[in-house]
Amino acid sequence: MTTVANDRNTDLRVIGKSLPRVDAVGKLIGLTAYADDIELPGTLFCKLLRSHHPHARVLSIDTSAALAMEGVVAVITGVDLPIKYGIMPTSQDEHALENEKVRFVGDPVAAVAAVDEETALAACRVIEVVYEPLEAIESIEHALLPPTDEPIHDYAGPGNIHRMGALEFGEVDEGFAKSSFIREDVFFYEGNTHLPMEQHSAIATYVGDQLTLWSSTQNPHYVHRALSRVFDMPMGHIRVVAAPHGGGFGGKSDPFSHEMAVSKLAMITGRPVKCTLTREEVFYVHRGRHPVLMWVRTGVSQDGKILAMHFRTALDGGAYGSYGPASMLYTGALQTTTYNIPAYRFEGVRVFTNKAPCGPKRGHGTPQPRFALELHLDKIAESIGLDPVELRRRNYVKPYSRTINHLRITSCGIEEVTDQVINASRYHERKKQLGHGMGFAVSSYMCGAGLPIYWNKLPHSECIIQVNRGGVSLYCGATDIGQGSDTVLATVAAEQLGLWPTDIRIVSGDTGLTPVDLGSYSSRVTFMAGNAALQAAKEMRDILVEVVAEKMECSPGDVMVGEGKIGELSFEDAALLAQERLGVLTTRGSYTPPRDIGGKYKAAGVGPSPAYSYSAAVVDLNADPYSGEIRLNKVWIAHDIGRSINSLAVKGQVEGGVYMGLSEAMMEGQLYRNGLHKQPSMLDYKSFTFLEMPEVETFLVDTVDLEGPYGAKEAGQGPLLPVIPAVVSAVYDALGVWVDEVPITPDKIMRALDARAKGREGRYGPKKFPQISYPPIVKVPPFDATSSAF
Amino acid sequence: MSSIGSREILRFSVNGRSHELLVKPYATLLEVLREDLRLTGTKHGCEAGECGACVVLVDGTPQLSCLVLPGQVEGSEITTIEGVSDGGTLHPVQQALMDHGALQCGYCTPGMVLSSKALLDSNPTPSREEIKEALSGNLCRCTGYVSIIEAVEDAGRAMA
Ligand code: FES
Ligand code: FES
Repeated sequence: MTTVANDRNTDLRVIGKSLPRVDAVGKLIGLTAYADDIELPGTLFCKLLRSHHPHARVLSIDTSAALAMEGVVAVITGVDLPIKYGIMPTSQDEHALENEKVRFVGDPVAAVAAVDEETALAACRVIEVVYEPLEAIESIEHALLPPTDEPIHDYAGPGNIHRMGALEFGEVDEGFAKSSFIREDVFFYEGNTHLPMEQHSAIATYVGDQLTLWSSTQNPHYVHRALSRVFDMPMGHIRVVAAPHGGGFGGKSDPFSHEMAVSKLAMITGRPVKCTLTREEVFYVHRGRHPVLMWVRTGVSQDGKILAMHFRTALDGGAYGSYGPASMLYTGALQTTTYNIPAYRFEGVRVFTNKAPCGPKRGHGTPQPRFALELHLDKIAESIGLDPVELRRRNYVKPYSRTINHLRITSCGIEEVTDQVINASRYHERKKQLGHGMGFAVSSYMCGAGLPIYWNKLPHSECIIQVNRGGVSLYCGATDIGQGSDTVLATVAAEQLGLWPTDIRIVSGDTGLTPVDLGSYSSRVTFMAGNAALQAAKEMRDILVEVVAEKMECSPGDVMVGEGKIGELSFEDAALLAQERLGVLTTRGSYTPPRDIGGKYKAAGVGPSPAYSYSAAVVDLNADPYSGEIRLNKVWIAHDIGRSINSLAVKGQVEGGVYMGLSEAMMEGQLYRNGLHKQPSMLDYKSFTFLEMPEVETFLVDTVDLEGPYGAKEAGQGPLLPVIPAVVSAVYDALGVWVDEVPITPDKIMRALDARAKGREGRYGPKKFPQISYPPIVKVPPFDATSSAF
Repeated sequence: MSSIGSREILRFSVNGRSHELLVKPYATLLEVLREDLRLTGTKHGCEAGECGACVVLVDGTPQLSCLVLPGQVEGSEITTIEGVSDGGTLHPVQQALMDHGALQCGYCTPGMVLSSKALLDSNPTPSREEIKEALSGNLCRCTGYVSIIEAVEDAGRAMA
């Protein structure tokens, strides 16, 4: 790993160092209790009965045989949980247990609590459900036709259309008219799933009107709200604790049926109730990457400047709304954060199908268009005879600028990340050689969504620091899902207080104990919770310094903080002295993104972020012209991190992102046949092992963001994005054929080679984009610059 | 194994302590460890032999505990993650994983530690290819594997 520092601020003691995570030891010795490891006295075990029909009316459910079984304590159905919920205000379309209609194989209809899992499972088998099957919708094209039976949902529409959007910024027709070269391409990105190593699990208790739920969730804040709604119960009577987390990647961001079911069963039985999903169920719960069909048309000037772009997307949403309205808009929102596009038109649609519901996966809605956009630019570069890197450079956004869709760009290391990977990989020095190729791509990602998922004026993140008995506790609602957020918060506070990160006790992800943080999604925690922690820590430092200055009879400015000391006193003595004088010490910090970071038009809520990270990748591979097999040689990745809070943790996030990008580029797909998931097991759903993973060389570029905590930006999602198009581009470099579809597999490569051998275009991918009646285009007026600094 | 009713008596030793347990003959070693002995450090990601989260050492050999039945470990010595470190001192493999940032969510970590330990116990200076081969049954969704390979190389040097 190389860090490229643009800032010579060397007096930081712990920020930016390569230190172990604060929660490492517990995980290494097997002591960390994940949700399924929690067991309380008298715990009952819950299993859900799930539909085996992709689309059917539920005519009746008879639970009497299950209830009569020995060891069964309670059985519930949709009648017991009649209130709908959903993560977004506009998609309150899920019942914890479906009572009238099931919409995918895996949709739950009943839940059993029994003395052990085996009994609960046996009880599920004797529940009799009578279904009336309905036509199942399995593809985007099918969903666009008028349904023969009935639409999957009785809201939205027409037919199975969930959401549409159509926006135009600048003069697109004019831009095309002025262009000297115009190109159109069609791409398809197959959906895939998160595959967290930990299966979802939740355990609930209900004691004295207080419901407590421990769950492997990324977003306790939103689960808390959903429980309050579903049980029509005051928020103050519900506590949601994010248990130590075995991997999310977006897949544990929605409120889930099993969380509702164990809560309800705990209320009914008065006993703790736990539900741990099987691996097969995890595939059904899904909420993963949307399959997206894309069409893009771009006009460029003679010298390769983009003059206009028109981007169309169609998303296969699966059976429920989930984050879908946002996912759809994200497929159009961030094209402009890497390239200066003076005229931009976006049309998107999300349809319902009878498959497991899609939602947010690492990169949420942006890896698909990024894949399309980067390859489209490669093709344009080739068509006009320009080097693909040079074409991009001519169009890169500038730091401190405003995109055509009104997004505020601040620190931006796109040039630097490009330089790093291009130079290190000697991309331009490669020799043309059949079977060997290199591919390059860039991307950017948000440091947290600018707006919350539901409209409210709470801060996006809050922290409380308490100094008590000489020690420091930091309370924050953020959830460590493995990305290292506890370590980030501890490091930020430690820097201010002159301590070591492991000196700070972190209490996080607990709606009963910690102040609000919206959750671990959209790469928001370092920037938002980090800023809240910084504010609280600074204030605490001021208090301690003042008390010590008084004792030392000097001015606060002369009190040095560091190495475990505040002035002449040890931290512990200083803290005790301050507590004697002032009582228990608490400070707080909060963060809300600035208001002028995005536009004011309808749909402007998706895309704005207080900062954007930038990544660039070069992939080097061999692709066999006779078998289509790919062997990865090396990946160079550079990431504009702003500044690392902990460079070891950042390197881990970057390498993890590269891995996930490679694995989904080459292997992963959530595929169905006749409504059934084709591979709901880890053996059949292929993902990278140690054997496929190539060498990775990482470059961290410090751009020191003016608003990030110590200048930091995100690392969790951005570095995945450029990897996927870079793989496909490298295959083209090696074999001269395009696979305009992800995952890129040997059979697709062979079909492209075959097509070329038969004299057709050397390409595999979707032939055309369907005719879609998008709504009339909304022409958005230019950004009103008077309301912003730039 | 002798049995009482539908249950069998399993005599084995876990992390140096002997146990005599009454277990279902079809219970997996994973279930016996997690549910009967409450040793929840051993994880599960699939319960079908696909992920490696459940790896424990059976007489020093890494095994997927979700695929092992009580009858197969009668009289054996099992090492789980709870038995790897020496009091307050981390095993070199654990220490190296920590120093290299080679764990994130940590859910694959117990299995990773045990597979790596078994490798280094038999081959303290494995090549990168040998490490990859030995760990290819342990999936990790977080780290991208790169740091784990570096950590295992380092641990081997520390143990040599
Ligand atoms: S739980 Fe045993 S291999 Fe996955
Ligand atoms: S650290 Fe999360 S699965 Fe390996």
